[in-house]
Amino acid sequence: MRRSLVRKLTNIVALALSTVATLIGLTCLGAILWTLLRSGLAGVSTQLFTHMTPPPGSAGGGLLNAIFGSLAVTAIGIALGAPIGILAGTYLAEYGRDSSLASVTRFVNDVLLSAPSIIVGLFVYEVVVVPMGHFSAIAGALALAVIAIPVTVRTTEDMLRLVPQGLKDASTALGAYPWRTITSVVYPAARSGIVTGLLLAIARVSGETAPLLFTALNNQFWSSNLAAPIANLPVVIFQFAMSPYQEWQQLAWSGALLITLAILLLSIVARVVVSALQPTGRAG
Amino acid sequence: MRAPEAVISGARVASNDGDARVQNSTEPKIEVRHLDFYYGAQRALKDVNLTLADRTITAFIGPSGCGKSTLLRVLNRMYALYSGHRATGDVLLDGENILSPSVDVASLRFRVGMVFQKPTPFPMSVFDNVAFGLRLAQRISRRELGERVELALRDAALWDEVKGKLSEDGRSLSGGQQQRLCIARTLAVRPEVVLFDEPTAALDPISTLRVEETLEGLRERYCIAIVTHNLQQAARVSDVTGFMYLGELIEIGPTEQIFTTPKDRRTDDYVTGRFG
Repeated sequence: MRRSLVRKLTNIVALALSTVATLIGLTCLGAILWTLLRSGLAGVSTQLFTHMTPPPGSAGGGLLNAIFGSLAVTAIGIALGAPIGILAGTYLAEYGRDSSLASVTRFVNDVLLSAPSIIVGLFVYEVVVVPMGHFSAIAGALALAVIAIPVTVRTTEDMLRLVPQGLKDASTALGAYPWRTITSVVYPAARSGIVTGLLLAIARVSGETAPLLFTALNNQFWSSNLAAPIANLPVVIFQFAMSPYQEWQQLAWSGALLITLAILLLSIVARVVVSALQPTGRAG
Repeated sequence: MRAPEAVISGARVASNDGDARVQNSTEPKIEVRHLDFYYGAQRALKDVNLTLADRTITAFIGPSGCGKSTLLRVLNRMYALYSGHRATGDVLLDGENILSPSVDVASLRFRVGMVFQKPTPFPMSVFDNVAFGLRLAQRISRRELGERVELALRDAALWDEVKGKLSEDGRSLSGGQQQRLCIARTLAVRPEVVLFDEPTAALDPISTLRVEETLEGLRERYCIAIVTHNLQQAARVSDVTGFMYLGELIEIGPTEQIFTTPKDRRTDDYVTGRFG
């Protein structure tokens, strides 16, 4: 009788502790979103999407050049990083498996995955910015690619490993060589997982600030020149939020809201994609 | 019973025995001689000798781990997928040794098809599932592709059930239909030999019956080997049965004889349910 009481009490305490922990986490998230909405919404108008970042102290202005710059740098970064990440993940899951090269690659990838992004920024600074002699959009894209690669490698490998061996065997037994099996059977079977991984990689890099500070820097004006510095939301937010000008601070809030909403949207799209691409299999 | 007398082809047995079912049999299709197989250091097959006759269904029975699935996987060199797996001896397909390193495994697998225990429809339409191997094997016109797909689905007794939904995902079919889809996929490339590795182990009784009827229809045209845990199934569908135990082929002969008057006591014990 007493033992069961102790067990019940333990259960209640554990339940209470985990509930409190959950609430603390949710409260923090809620507070951040609330602050962001309250302060950011005030600056949202059509001007935000049609005007360039203003000079200090002047009223008006928007984030058009920064929005475009962020989209361009992220798109190029993913375009460079995704194929490398997917192919490397494919190697790990399908070809390398337990070979020593695969084990080393997996280890290095895990290190890269948790490396501070400022290190990646410094790396690209040394390798690209210094030889070029100036900051550039392409250097920013490269830095984002370096950050996207380990994320993509990891998700791709995990997703491909979920594909049943029987499916691969069946394709092999029909006379398909590994590459054909991978492209025709394994990729389609893992499609929703790989797409989700890509979307998460985009979400991950689109908020990165540190690597862009050292590579793409910023640009007061409209620029679509990949060899020149380019405006982008994270760095604009960083600079404007640190400035003493109220108009700039307001734009920083609005920019932060935009990025958050974009990432939220991507996460939702990722979930929808997963459920839409899931096969409608049934048993029996 | 590893003496040469035990190596009986369905054809020879047929003429001796007068079993009507076996009389269609023609010459040997696959001859296995002194086959040993190793998973690393472990010897999984020990000096296996046998002949698979054309237009005959040969069943392999035996307790789990006796090497029957391993034997099947040697016949189309599926074992080559994994490192550390090694086969020695000769496996002759129409007289050509398929264990030779110079053999192109993809072309071999066009000739020796395989159906697995679990249905494995590919993540594509019913039509594309069946067309998969065909597109790999040869350049083929759209019209001919359509005809071959229909023929294969008819052979697998699935056509009537799926003719209206060829463009639906193969994974949306029921389990039994999926397995017959996999059979159709294997037949579409017109293999000479079809290997069935416990094809009904994951199916319900009605689906099992369908697959067995399908096998019945294939007997006339193919050299078929089937591994099964289901003794009644072996008795129902096969012309020749081989009993394997601990990596050895203990006994092989006409199915009726294996089940009624086996020569080896271990076979007798197994088919009468005393062990296994």
